[in-house]
Amino acid sequence: MAILIDAKTRVLVQGATGREGSTHTASMLNYGTKILAGVTPNRGGSTVSGVPIYDLVSEAVESHPEINTSIVFVPASAAPEAVYEAIDAGIKLIIIVTERIPIHDTINLVAHAERKGAKIIGPNCPGVITPEVAKVGIMPAHLFKKGRVGIVSRSGTLTYEVAWALTRSGFGQSTAVGIGGDPVVGLGFVDVVQMFEADPETDAIVVIGEIGGDAEERLAAYIRRQGLAKPIVAYIAGRSAPKGKRMGHAGAIISLGSGSAEEKRAALIDAGVNVAELPSQIPILLKKAIQRRA
Amino acid sequence: MNLQEYEALRLFASAGAKVPKHILVKDVEGAAEAYKAIGGTVALKAQVAVAGRGKAGGIVKVSSEAEVRAQAEKLLKSEIKGLKVESLLVEEWINAEKELYLGFTIDRSAKKAVALACGVGGIDLEDLVKSKDFTLVREHIDPLKGLMRYQAYHLAKGIGLKGGAIIRFVDLSIKLYQLFKSLDCELLESNPLALCKDDLLIALDARIIVDDNALPRHSELAQSSLDLNPLEREARKEGFSYVDLEGDIGVIGNGAGLVMATLDTVTYYGGRPACFLDVGGGASSETVEKAVRLALRNQRVKVLLVNVLGGITRCDEVALGLVNALQANRTIPIVVRLVGVNEEAGRRLLREAGIGYYESMEEAAEAAVKALRGD
Repeated sequence: MAILIDAKTRVLVQGATGREGSTHTASMLNYGTKILAGVTPNRGGSTVSGVPIYDLVSEAVESHPEINTSIVFVPASAAPEAVYEAIDAGIKLIIIVTERIPIHDTINLVAHAERKGAKIIGPNCPGVITPEVAKVGIMPAHLFKKGRVGIVSRSGTLTYEVAWALTRSGFGQSTAVGIGGDPVVGLGFVDVVQMFEADPETDAIVVIGEIGGDAEERLAAYIRRQGLAKPIVAYIAGRSAPKGKRMGHAGAIISLGSGSAEEKRAALIDAGVNVAELPSQIPILLKKAIQRRA
Repeated sequence: MNLQEYEALRLFASAGAKVPKHILVKDVEGAAEAYKAIGGTVALKAQVAVAGRGKAGGIVKVSSEAEVRAQAEKLLKSEIKGLKVESLLVEEWINAEKELYLGFTIDRSAKKAVALACGVGGIDLEDLVKSKDFTLVREHIDPLKGLMRYQAYHLAKGIGLKGGAIIRFVDLSIKLYQLFKSLDCELLESNPLALCKDDLLIALDARIIVDDNALPRHSELAQSSLDLNPLEREARKEGFSYVDLEGDIGVIGNGAGLVMATLDTVTYYGGRPACFLDVGGGASSETVEKAVRLALRNQRVKVLLVNVLGGITRCDEVALGLVNALQANRTIPIVVRLVGVNEEAGRRLLREAGIGYYESMEEAAEAAVKALRGD
């Protein structure tokens, strides 16, 4: 089972012939991901790592009706249109790796996806991995291991860091979801935590947040309201970040007087979440949280 | 990108908003000339793109040429919130009957743009949002419909406008929302927006922040970097994310989240980071070399901490970049954490160059703090 990505996942790669697209198509195939087709306009009829390329998403879906997930590597200037094309072709899960998509484009496409009942992950995200089953993303898979901890994160490399720390401590992962580092993204913390809570293959949840916005505060409010049956540990990056400066991710900025790591930590602690001071403490806190629940 | 105020005023005017007469000047003579052209009472406004400029002394009201000269000289020698004042706007003084706030920004959680209005002007949006003393009226904007007139009408009534002022406010809101959207803004605000005699609305101040990711499709905008210091400007040119900080340990890494976590870890062990430098994903040895050279130019950096977890980024490329950068220029201690793809090849390069490395981020951060103390 896991969440979002499982053995039934059949993938379309949009922008499969580009540098990033072709590299990661090969890497995903290598990991066992079932990629049925790729799309690049004007490159229909060619192949990438043996995967047939089509000009249009509609053609790919017609030839491979089992496709249920798309991953987008198309450059920012053309990515929104690629996402609309996937939504309109009826694909219900779209993972946008592309960074630097203008925020108003993201707002528009997220609204369109909502109306059409499609889920968007990203933009500016590393994708989703269900270890030893499939990865639809760009993460270095050898750091992940099959297990029962769900990870949801706004970051890329930091997710790998935490996954690796978990793996070394004997905590494999059910699924790891990178929701993206942009100010506006599709699925948020609350959406993904709800999925983990309902997933029989997930026993505990790790949340990796960072400064900017109020996604962590919203998660805290949700947990206070609804409660959470599964143990949860969080880490918030950016305690030492100054106000008003963008820390790499477009979304990582303390603005309008909120979004600081301290406020997020306080909100999560208040909701009963165990908050780690350093990434390396996550496995330790997780062990304690699981023991307490047992 | 924070637009310069005169450019924001020009864009406001071209969208159909009324703005005061204004002239941009770079020196005292220019300010005196501008004053002669405008006359009466004017505002001298320091052109630095920071919030809270007024409170920090960046806006001065003056009514004579002598005063203009004296104040312009003072302002042009000053720094506001760490940014040097390089130019001034000489602006016609408008007598407002009432000052208002009107702005548009992105509500990240709602995943929509939001229009904000307040019956009080001249207070930072930051404070307006937090304070309970003012009523900030909000209308979320459906991207498919845009801002509807009924929504703008609701804002106008919500901030207490009456009669002709309501219609003027609705018209202005629609025009400014269109500008906000077409310019790909993260923020567009008039603060204060003056309500004058005969229900005239005049934007006394115009502030626009354009989404950096949308700049490629706005070649009409002059590239400005008023909100960046010289090192930050150069880093942007190289494609790095770089932020200057107050401490003495320079931090370089791959991935924004990881670099932030590294700063936090340094702080946890009692150190203070001097900079945040994210080389991004898949950095080549040349990129790493440039990043190291850039960080070393920050005079406050006394120890350099490099934290790389290789995925798309290859450890051997990183190591090569480090070795090349430090060959001729190894004046300060450097602490490296290098794991991931091709780590053996990378570590061999470091060993040959006599550069030590660590397995974990925590060890490396602690070592950097110790190196600073000379332990």
